[in-house]
Amino acid sequence: MAHTSAAAQPDGELVARCRAGDTEAWNELVERFSRYVFAIATQAFRLAQHDAEDVFQDVFAKVYERLGTLRSDDAIRPWIGQLTRNRCLDQLRASGRVVPVAEIEERAEEVIDSIDEALAVREGLEHLSPECREILDRFFARDETYRTIGESLSLPAGTIASRISRCLARLRDELAS
Amino acid sequence: MTTYDEQRLGEVLRRLPPAPAGWVEAAKELPRARVELDAIVERAERDAAFRATVMGGLEDALRASGVEPRPVVVEHLRKRLA
Repeated sequence: MAHTSAAAQPDGELVARCRAGDTEAWNELVERFSRYVFAIATQAFRLAQHDAEDVFQDVFAKVYERLGTLRSDDAIRPWIGQLTRNRCLDQLRASGRVVPVAEIEERAEEVIDSIDEALAVREGLEHLSPECREILDRFFARDETYRTIGESLSLPAGTIASRISRCLARLRDELAS
Repeated sequence: MTTYDEQRLGEVLRRLPPAPAGWVEAAKELPRARVELDAIVERAERDAAFRATVMGGLEDALRASGVEPRPVVVEHLRKRLA
């Protein structure tokens, strides 16, 4: 997700901490952008799991190595997006198959637009309670059942649907404000 | 500004499932892996026999240093020793 908690640092500050060698900041950066890289590789470029893993690891290795070359710390998200796009195309070209690059890129851009929208919506989650964030993430992003969510959070399964509805309404209000 | 109803919000949230936990943990390990790689490369530059051993088994050399020999790490080590 773009940010992981209500107290999440702005991207620029997080990048500055990473550049200073703060390993905890690096962990936060990986958490913050892991879904983004994963979604681009698997949804926009439809890479097979093993290819997506190569891309994922290589993108974060490049981010780690080249963080010092980033012109603006606040530009980390589009930079990671572009690194991922380029790496996915390299992976497709290396597959040995004939790759209609222009066609794939065009389709991928549409999907990436929708992934960017999802990132923006997830940022709205930061302003909700930890319980709402957890329930919405488990139900929608992790595809967990009411029962699993109830067991994990020690809540009656019968109350999960109403909590999801209430949390979605809060998220909607947050995004509208 | 986009307005969302609850159904659409749910659809949008589904677009960002978590990456596999092992991938995320491996990416978090990069700073530590870098330190271990630096140590391997530095020793290989000083010790020809060690270098030959490493070149003969990059994965084993990484494992011996406590680094998971993922393809991207192996490739990185190969390039640095080339």
